[in-house]
Amino acid sequence: MRREGIRQSTFRLFAWHRVGAMVLRHLYLLRSSWPRLVEMAYWPIVQMIMWGFITQFFLTHSGWVAQASGVLLGAVLLWDVMFRGNLGLSLSFMEEMWSRNLGHLSVSPLRPIELVAALIGMSLIRTVIGVLPAALLAIPLYHFSIFELGLPLLTFFANLMMSGWCVGLAVSALVLRFGLGAESLAWVMIFALAPLSGIYYPIDVLPGWLQVVASALPPSYVFEGMREVMFGHGFRVDLFATALALNLLYLAASAGLFLHIFQVARQRGLLLNMGE
Amino acid sequence: MADAAIRVVDLVKRFGDVVAVDHVSFSVAAGSTTGLLGGNGAGKTTTISMILGLLLPSGGEIRVLGEDMLRNRHRVLPRVNFSSPYVDLPHRLTVRENLVVYGHLYGLRDVARRVAKVAADLDIEALMKRPAGKLSAGQKTRVALAKALLNEPELLLLDEPTASLDPDTADWVRSYFQAYQRRTGATILLASHNMTEVERLCDHVMMMRAGRIVDEGSPGELIGRYGRSTLEEVFLDIARNQGEARKAVAAQ
Repeated sequence: MRREGIRQSTFRLFAWHRVGAMVLRHLYLLRSSWPRLVEMAYWPIVQMIMWGFITQFFLTHSGWVAQASGVLLGAVLLWDVMFRGNLGLSLSFMEEMWSRNLGHLSVSPLRPIELVAALIGMSLIRTVIGVLPAALLAIPLYHFSIFELGLPLLTFFANLMMSGWCVGLAVSALVLRFGLGAESLAWVMIFALAPLSGIYYPIDVLPGWLQVVASALPPSYVFEGMREVMFGHGFRVDLFATALALNLLYLAASAGLFLHIFQVARQRGLLLNMGE
Repeated sequence: MADAAIRVVDLVKRFGDVVAVDHVSFSVAAGSTTGLLGGNGAGKTTTISMILGLLLPSGGEIRVLGEDMLRNRHRVLPRVNFSSPYVDLPHRLTVRENLVVYGHLYGLRDVARRVAKVAADLDIEALMKRPAGKLSAGQKTRVALAKALLNEPELLLLDEPTASLDPDTADWVRSYFQAYQRRTGATILLASHNMTEVERLCDHVMMMRAGRIVDEGSPGELIGRYGRSTLEEVFLDIARNQGEARKAVAAQ
């Protein structure tokens, strides 16, 4: 076979067929494990049901919620986009460590940047699998359709996915550096951002110094933008642009951190010995 | 020496104060089967890991198939493969799924046909639908070898390739390597503790101790140089640091 049996693109610095191979590997995994699929959709549905009831209660006890009945449900669904975006990326990476597959991958033609691209692709797929059933169920259960946000929904979704990837890449880098003992960071780290992201309330309720911190977080602009749309004030391009700029900055930084730690792992010999 | 498939110059690897590989230089001739032998901690796995680019050296130069491994790894890796019983394939994926994924990673044009061919060659067709994690140790080794042969590598690095195989299967695998090499002219670098295997397969053997290559030659040359009757005895002389004394006795 030699070279004639191998695609020419294999010798390039970046090859989409390698990204596709890694996505296929994770799709095979999902196909082989229905509990994984159920788990992905389970928590967003539970959250949506709980916040649906809270919304019904507040409709008669809160003037603010009564102005836009879907503001809490919309927030919880969009928060899940960010949470699942993070989890989809970091869990896909940890699957390689749990299965002790990093050694084989690292001596295959797969490059770390292609691994990052594949993890992002899987995060997108896992997020849609996780959040879509909850979003669809909210329509018959609470007469709330997040899809009524229209085009702005796409901008919220894209920005929150990016924020999730930033956290997921940082978590994956830490797990690669410090081992699977750090895996709980995938769940813990993102919750540190939740109180500061203004998911359920405007960030001006925070103390002044925390507002400064919150203003550096892209999701705070997304959730503010969502409320603006829901309260009928229209789509705020400035909020979208700020969130996007911050996300691009953090995404570059977190991808840089991941690639740097991958290099550190090659220096320290961590890639062969990772596993459960 | 003929054209080198691997050329290593002054290779060093330090982990803090520990020098795992200590200024090692060697060449592996294209088309040869070369054994890298040494006791536990001698530096074999570290050396192989650096040749593969899995581990970055602290110093030195590595050229594989004519390319600088530190700069142009992406051009080399599609032509190389590796098998070790100590690195797993994803447990939940079936054998076929694993091979298909790696077939795509290596950029094969006709993945399904190549997977079927390798499965037939290695007699693992009956295992194709089973999850990799449910295989016996011997079956896993054969599947790992199938993965290592998917891209029909020009250079094959094998870390204890017949560990955990029964004698019959191990013998079959060794015959397969010999046939594969005759057919393709591939270069094989083999780390093993099985001296019978090394004597049978290797044209050239490098002996490592404490991060250095302390001797090398064909199995016959080494046995003669140390005045021994088997390679295992030579291995023990070197591992116990009695190699120089034995060579002096043999020279008399």
